[in-house]
Amino acid sequence: MISQFFVLSQRGDSIVFRDYRGEVQKGSSEIFFRKVKFWKEDEEGEAPPVFNVDGVNYFHVKVVGLLFVATTRINVSPSLILELLQRIARVIKDYLGTLNEDSLRKNFVLVYELLDEVIDFGYVQRTSTEMLKSYVYNEPVVVLDAARLSPHGRAAIFTQGTKRMPGTAVTKSVVANDPGGRKREEIFVDIIEKISVTFSSSGYILTSEIDGTILMKSYLTGNPEIRLALNEDLSIGRGGRSIYDYGNSSGSGAVIQDDCNFHESVHLDSFDLDRTLHLVPSDGEFPVMNYRMTQEFKPPFHINTLIEEAGALRAEVIIKVRAEFSSSIIANTIIIQMPLPKYTTRVSFELEPGAVGQTTDFKEANKRLEWGLKKIVGGFEHTLRAKLTFPQESHGNIARESGLVSMTFTIPMYNASRLQVKYLQIAKKSKTYNPYRWVRYVTQSNSYVARI
Amino acid sequence: MIRGLALRSLCSLRVANLVEYLVGPLGLGLKDSNSYVRMVAAIGVLKLYHISVSTCVDADFPAMLKHLMLHDPDAQVVANCLSALQEIWSLEASSSEEASRDRETLLSKPVIYYLLNRMKEFSEWAQCLVLELVVKYVPSESSEIFDIMNLLEDRLQHANGAVVLATIKLFLQLTLSMTDVHQQVYERIKAPLLTLVSSGSPEQSYAVLSHLHLLVMRAPMLFSSDYKHFYCQYNEPFYVKKLKLEMLTAVANESNTYEIVTELCEYAANVDIPIARESIRAVGKIALQQYDVNAIVDRLLQFLEMEKDYVTAETLVLVKDLLRKYPQWSHDCIAVVGNISTKNIQEPKAKAALIWMLGEYSQDMHDAPYILESLIDNWDDEHSAEVRLHLLTAVLKCFFKRPPETQKALGAALAAGLVDFHQYNVSVAERVVNPPKQAVSVFADTQNSEIKDRIFDEFNTLSVVYQKGQNLQITLFQLRGLEANDKDLLLGTSEKEESRGPINNGSEYSAPMYDGSSVSMAASQTQAELTISNPTLPAHASSLAIDDLLGLGLPVASTPVPSPPPLKLNAKAGLDPGTFQQKWRQLPIASSQEYSLSPQGVVALTAPQALLRHMQGHSIHCIASGGKSPNFKFFFFAQKAEESSTFLVECIINTSSSKSQIKIKADDQSTSQAFSDLFQSALSKFGMP
Repeated sequence: MISQFFVLSQRGDSIVFRDYRGEVQKGSSEIFFRKVKFWKEDEEGEAPPVFNVDGVNYFHVKVVGLLFVATTRINVSPSLILELLQRIARVIKDYLGTLNEDSLRKNFVLVYELLDEVIDFGYVQRTSTEMLKSYVYNEPVVVLDAARLSPHGRAAIFTQGTKRMPGTAVTKSVVANDPGGRKREEIFVDIIEKISVTFSSSGYILTSEIDGTILMKSYLTGNPEIRLALNEDLSIGRGGRSIYDYGNSSGSGAVIQDDCNFHESVHLDSFDLDRTLHLVPSDGEFPVMNYRMTQEFKPPFHINTLIEEAGALRAEVIIKVRAEFSSSIIANTIIIQMPLPKYTTRVSFELEPGAVGQTTDFKEANKRLEWGLKKIVGGFEHTLRAKLTFPQESHGNIARESGLVSMTFTIPMYNASRLQVKYLQIAKKSKTYNPYRWVRYVTQSNSYVARI
Repeated sequence: MIRGLALRSLCSLRVANLVEYLVGPLGLGLKDSNSYVRMVAAIGVLKLYHISVSTCVDADFPAMLKHLMLHDPDAQVVANCLSALQEIWSLEASSSEEASRDRETLLSKPVIYYLLNRMKEFSEWAQCLVLELVVKYVPSESSEIFDIMNLLEDRLQHANGAVVLATIKLFLQLTLSMTDVHQQVYERIKAPLLTLVSSGSPEQSYAVLSHLHLLVMRAPMLFSSDYKHFYCQYNEPFYVKKLKLEMLTAVANESNTYEIVTELCEYAANVDIPIARESIRAVGKIALQQYDVNAIVDRLLQFLEMEKDYVTAETLVLVKDLLRKYPQWSHDCIAVVGNISTKNIQEPKAKAALIWMLGEYSQDMHDAPYILESLIDNWDDEHSAEVRLHLLTAVLKCFFKRPPETQKALGAALAAGLVDFHQYNVSVAERVVNPPKQAVSVFADTQNSEIKDRIFDEFNTLSVVYQKGQNLQITLFQLRGLEANDKDLLLGTSEKEESRGPINNGSEYSAPMYDGSSVSMAASQTQAELTISNPTLPAHASSLAIDDLLGLGLPVASTPVPSPPPLKLNAKAGLDPGTFQQKWRQLPIASSQEYSLSPQGVVALTAPQALLRHMQGHSIHCIASGGKSPNFKFFFFAQKAEESSTFLVECIINTSSSKSQIKIKADDQSTSQAFSDLFQSALSKFGMP
């Protein structure tokens, strides 16, 4: 049960404010924002998602720079409220196509209507886009999103597949009709895996984990039933064996998930038998399945870092990155970062001869080396040499003074877990009914670091 | 649809005059053929209840809701009826017998089973609601428990964390009495929880991690093999990392300490300063848990060699604590500590720790006296009371061990210390000798198992995130309402207990805080030591030193001499806020009077703290205070010297009218008048020079 819900912009303006129960004073959004903004000064670090000021509990979730906040005076389940906030953000995004300050402001009538339907007197009513559709009538105002064209938007992680996929699809609103008038029948199934790997200084893998999601976004009319078949050798849970028992798992080739959970619309009747999921997709985007794996996998990149001291005033850092996947796959938007010793004054970079689409930068403010690569083709190796200059005699160990090498990347059409969608079957209404089906794989880095 | 919207708008108007127009439409709405309208009407009843209780009850709406709840085909209508009924009945329960009986029927077997059987129809949020309700249900036999658990098992695989946590709470509560099944439940819930941590947004994983933390506290063995899940990732927000570090400390045991500490050391070398600090503290905590101390001490000593200011500072504080617990490591540590230049350490806490070690182990450290001497030379640059105090005691300790070398330094230190008294006024001196108490920073450490159990009962609520029980939360909030920014006072009472121990109490973990009494205790203790250990010392020097020492202790000790009492109060009375509240509620008012303040008192009362200090001088302690000029409110308490009879006082002072209102409650009514006189005389002396 919540008392108020509001959305704040990055600057603290409240874009949307809805008071459900009138139990919390009006100025709560200012109190909240001041507390979050000055959290650093009072206590260490950032404000946690839940805190209490004068008996009012504030919950917040950050979504694309916006703060979604709920307040209440009673002792509720924190994860319920946090899940709810996340869900509200997703519903709004489903309706508006893109979620940002501009689109919220332009569609505030629709947003208020949504909020009234989602929550009544503090109690949650409906949060599925599908069901809300029958009660919400405002048409969204489509906001052309500049970010979509830039390489950072959500759509852009699939840029490699532009030929296969209409660029607008991911940011299309579920309720708005296409300008052409006819809705395109299509369904997207994205297998998104976030991988976390930590390499020790000698190049061994210390920890590795895959957090995967099968995300579905359906634009099908009539909500037909769908069958989604996964690898048959998929097994879930690992009986008595320790999770870190790498020894015998690698040879078998089976995909072993530690644990997974499913969306409520999924029927698991035949899952144990033939690994197929039956579901009636609701409109909008939702995760069909989340899974977690600690099974050993081949990391897509190997990072090699070498630090050579050349006299008291100089040192050279050599970073080598080798792509360990097949040459038909191309990774893109790769950024490699490494904090350098605080006393570094100047860095000069040396790329391989003939390097294209690579950028190097030394961020003076936080003494950080940044190496960006537009793409890496599988099987290739790239090297960066950075010459560091120090003002006076270097004190201490350079390796210890510089931090770990971290890497961010996306690899479309690649998944580390080898989980596959074997087929995607849509219950047919007629012979001619053949909607577009997109099954896309992508692997992203979550925390990909190498220690030195 | 339109009927529903109209009804909702009508109910949302919070105007009492319109109530009569609401009853009719609501009654119709509850019987409407469309589920949407019924759904809105159910919440509408609750809204009506909040506007006008009597209208709602007179129209017999609760009964209609109950009927609807048990028979409506639409799950969301059922859920809304349930939440409305729960709220109405729990508000009613205090006033009417019938409502509390009605509330009981919600927990009856047929209702619970009816709801459980429809579980899958409910939306995920309604599922949480029902699960919360089922938690309160007490099954009559164990087969029922298994039925419920089998039915709900698949809820653990739900993607919504709230549902999973609610299910877990139910399972854990159901199996509390069955130890072996309880363990199986732990095993079963482990994997879903870990998945929730890694699949959601950082905010969600924060909420789940807080629950994991609670579980780990109860069953550390359970997660000890999964410690790698709690390794931090470099892009996680601070609050998640901090929780993970706490988890790592909690799961550490003999078998995994080495790996965990290795990992923590990596964080310590990290460039992210707050996290580096936190991880060093975590290493220290693990060391204090007594696992594999040998390796940890080595690591800590390596930190000292890293030559990063903050690392050194944190580590010094830890090494000090470790040495108190494991004196056998002193030789290794001292060798390294001795090499640290005091110039590099700026943080008062670390400096104090270093000075403490210098004093404690001066016999092993060759140049300890000289380091101390140079520190004393810079006495005036040292603003932190803690450092000054440690410096004084350290020089003393050093003096007893190596008199000839330290004599000069001691003299200088005492002189400098005395200058503090003469040059500045007494309040500065008090700051030095009786530094402001710090609030206990780690609540979890002081948490006793009782509180933990209570939190466990409130699993899946905010209590878990705040790590405080609900009752405790409320007291804290109420008191905070009185004085939001002065946390010290709240915790001060409990801390005084800790600080009273002797300075060099080997087993004491928390940094000692000195007040006037402990300094004089130390002085008398060392005096005894002195006569035994240093018979060869020139009598003149030693007596001089002791004179000075007593001189140092006395000004403070002699100021708070209580007024000639027919009633003696305990100067060190302790009472925790909870007991205070409880007593305040129980006891009748013994005396209540108005009293005018002296004009001097009014002038001096610019801030509540001034009065507190004054009253403490009369052995009357404050538990909470607040307000801004001209209105102040105080809660005081005092204890009789011989027996544990307490007096509680509420004192409201208005400085503009120089009036004060005093309410006194006492365990022992017969002495309340005497206490009242004492309190007034103490109050009247306030502001007098």
